[in-house]
Amino acid sequence: MYAVNYHKPASIEDAVAAIGGADEAKILAGGQTLLPTMKQHLAAPSDVIDIRGIGGMTDIAVRGDTVTIGAAATHAAVAGSNEVGSVCPALAALAAGIGDPAVRHMGTIGGSIANNDPAADYPAGLLALGATIVTNNREIAADEFFTGMFTTALEDGEIITAINVSAPGKAAYAKFRNPASRYAMVGVFVAKTGDGARVAVTGAGEDGVFRHDGLEQALGTNWSPDAVDAVAVSADGLMSDIHASADYRAHLIKVMAKRAVAAAG
Amino acid sequence: MTSVTMTVNGKAASGDVPGETLLSDFLREHLRLTGTHVGCDTSQCGACVVHVDGKAVKSCTVLAASLDGAEVTTVEGLANGELHPMQVAFNENHGLQCGFCTPGMIMSGIDMINRYKAEGKELTDDAIRHELEGNICRCTGYHNIVRSIKDAAASM
Ligand SMILES: Cc1cc2nc3c(=O)[nH]c(=O)nc-3n(C[C@H](O)[C@H](O)[C@H](O)COP(=O)(O)OP(=O)(O)OC[C@H]3O[C@@H](n4cnc5c(N)ncnc54)[C@H](O)[C@@H]3O)c2cc1C
Ligand code: FES
Ligand code: FES
Repeated sequence: MYAVNYHKPASIEDAVAAIGGADEAKILAGGQTLLPTMKQHLAAPSDVIDIRGIGGMTDIAVRGDTVTIGAAATHAAVAGSNEVGSVCPALAALAAGIGDPAVRHMGTIGGSIANNDPAADYPAGLLALGATIVTNNREIAADEFFTGMFTTALEDGEIITAINVSAPGKAAYAKFRNPASRYAMVGVFVAKTGDGARVAVTGAGEDGVFRHDGLEQALGTNWSPDAVDAVAVSADGLMSDIHASADYRAHLIKVMAKRAVAAAG
Repeated sequence: MTSVTMTVNGKAASGDVPGETLLSDFLREHLRLTGTHVGCDTSQCGACVVHVDGKAVKSCTVLAASLDGAEVTTVEGLANGELHPMQVAFNENHGLQCGFCTPGMIMSGIDMINRYKAEGKELTDDAIRHELEGNICRCTGYHNIVRSIKDAAASM
């Protein structure tokens, strides 16, 4: 790993100042993506700004039917949180299925969505749930946040502080794991909300996580696994790699969608 | 340089570390605790697992500088006069061959047992296998590792 200056600010203001004062700053949360990338010299920031010392960053709290999850809450904390469980058990279950126990003890929800890996789990959950991403400057709807593979609506140096998720009517996530990496080969998160069905797919799209219109329409009219059968899922725009062809992924999207709807009940 | 003070295996350990120093390097190079192994460069093998504030983490994927005030336990910190029940179980069940993955297996094994006990959940063979998703062994075929952890769970 190249030399790097480490900072652990205690406030957002200090974090912003540290980012502004560095040649090339990177925010550090759980480090489970950033540090492996730095080890492989794929990232070489001059400074890392650890946001885990900022007050409130790991808090999880419920108000009404909405849970607010601090950006630095770890996957293990979300998985085990009664607050998340009371608003959306499907999201807690998603967190419990990320990586392995040691990764879940360090990796954070903010780091996962800021990274927006095309095979990551949280982007599917937050997009299907219509979550709101809160930063030090503004609130961003999930529909506007995930803009493409490894890209988001975040400005340079903008810090995610929390994620707001409102209780869906029903929801579930079904993931077909890549057995080696544990990431999603295809993951489908379904949510039945006041405005109909929302279906988000990860692991498959060339542009990262996306919503599937056909599945949303079918499930909006008839919330049942059978409704998925009649939907045509095209392989256009899906990834092909050593793990799976685009056609195989298209097939998996239907299988995972059915499993998710069945699990949601 | 960042100055850090942490507790490692019950003893205070401090030092000025460059920002990029990984916990695994701090343990192995600065403290000469070479029981923690480094098997990969991709955060996947789990040979480097230690406990930080009671939780299993991959020490190759944590900056030492971020651990000021933390409590770290490595495989060297388990035996206290006698071997830890997990170490005994690996010994008795032939849970290792070359031993490279063993420190990580032992630290992950203890972590999962602690968590399952705290939550009152049963640690089945299936659960042990899932819990070991982040620990790779290239020798044993895992059966005896699962047996070892199950055995230790009964005596811990
Ligand atoms: C072995 C292994 C298996 C994994 N398996 C899975 C899996 O199955 N599914 C899955 O989804 N993920 C998986 N991951 C990734 C894991 O979930 C990471 O923890 C996560 O993607 C990044 O979170 P982090 O907190 O570690 O972020 P970091 O690595 O610290 O940061 C990642 C990126 O996000 C930025 N960032 C972090 N926090 C913020 C913030 N608050 N505001 C703005 N930018 C921020 C950083 O600058 C960096 O660019 C795996 C990782 C490993 C090592
Ligand atoms: S050396 Fe840490 S996971 Fe392989
Ligand atoms: S005993 Fe050799 S790698 Fe596990």
